[in-house]
Amino acid sequence: MATSDDGGFHGPSIEEFFPDAIFFAGTPFEMNRIVLIRILAVLAIILIFWLGTRRMKIVPGRFQSVVEMGLDFARVNIAEDLLGKKDGRRFLPLITTIFFAVLFMNITGIIPFLNISANSTIGMPLVLAVVAWFAFIYAGLKKHPGAFFKNALFPPGVPKPLYIIVTPIEFLSTFILRPITLTLRLLMNMVVGHLLLVLFFAATQFFFFTAGGFYALFGVGTLAFGFVFTLFEILVAVLQAYVFALLTTVYIQLALAEEH
Amino acid sequence: MLQAVLAATEGETSNPLIPAPYDIIWSAVCFVVILFFFWRLVLPRMKKLLDERSAAIEGNIEKADVAQREAEAALEQYTAQLAEARSEAAKIREQARADAQRIGSEINAQAQADAERVKANAQVAIEADRQAALVSLRSEVGSLAIDLASGVVGESLSDDAKATALVDRFLADLEASDTAGKK
Repeated sequence: MATSDDGGFHGPSIEEFFPDAIFFAGTPFEMNRIVLIRILAVLAIILIFWLGTRRMKIVPGRFQSVVEMGLDFARVNIAEDLLGKKDGRRFLPLITTIFFAVLFMNITGIIPFLNISANSTIGMPLVLAVVAWFAFIYAGLKKHPGAFFKNALFPPGVPKPLYIIVTPIEFLSTFILRPITLTLRLLMNMVVGHLLLVLFFAATQFFFFTAGGFYALFGVGTLAFGFVFTLFEILVAVLQAYVFALLTTVYIQLALAEEH
Repeated sequence: MLQAVLAATEGETSNPLIPAPYDIIWSAVCFVVILFFFWRLVLPRMKKLLDERSAAIEGNIEKADVAQREAEAALEQYTAQLAEARSEAAKIREQARADAQRIGSEINAQAQADAERVKANAQVAIEADRQAALVSLRSEVGSLAIDLASGVVGESLSDDAKATALVDRFLADLEASDTAGKK
């Protein structure tokens, strides 16, 4: 991707994440490679889960088992584990959506010919983080109408003068930093992962075909690192999906559990 | 070329932290599509399946419960029957023992009575035989005495040799008649 035509070595740059427009250039509906990959990920989710849940049997087949395992992971290990059965069921569509959206859009980073995570431009992580932000505020307001913001900003049991310090900190950490950290954690993981892979494979390309000779030995090393980091990116893709869904759930749980 | 690179790095779109409108719009579209897909299609299907599965499991548990209850009832019935059979057997055994005792004592009494009767019969027969023997002996001894006396009277009693011969002859006759009588 970053290899050039004029023979020199070109490392990856931030321009990796601003590919040329393909459709509707210049309009708010501009589509570039990353947007198309995003839509492809959505289609993959729909295809897999539509097929996997089309004719569900009480005794599942192989494919249904895998799909059920994935859905059960979001349902049991994230939603019901933290929120309990009742609230877990309420927020399950949101949590499941976040988990699988992040997972499928992360994993495109290591799929040949796609080779970039659909979460590596800020749009998707930001949208998901804003959704998570609205979700936990909604959960808190619904559970403790009127008392939610007061409890969140003026924690009970704190001496009154301390509110001068506590309230701005609480406001910042709860309502400002949460969506920002959610966005940046996912975005930067995907950006850095992509840059690392590009760096390793571009260097391999350079050592093998441009420098040649003795330098090809370095190419073997960079290729091996590229392979190892590809495996690592799979782990990161799953882990970040889990972390994003889990943190969203934790924020909802904290909002629901806020004291009166 | 340097100009182009500079232009690219200085360009408005190059800050990865500032979202482009199209980026947000398509992300939102993707999110909404996935959310509706899971919310309206996948999770209801999954819920239906889980309900069916738990219903099936509950049905099986119900069936197992019924089977267990039936088995317990059958066991109880068998146990009762067995106990009944045991008491019946005990009763029969008791009855048999009593019967045996009764029959034994009856047989004993019968045997004793029989023995008494046989003994009495035997005594009567022996008495009769003794009487008969007495009667026949008496008559025979009489006639023998008469025979002997007549023999003695017929010969000379002074002659010792004669007397001895007479006695011998008498005894021989007696023996002969005795053997003839036996035959």
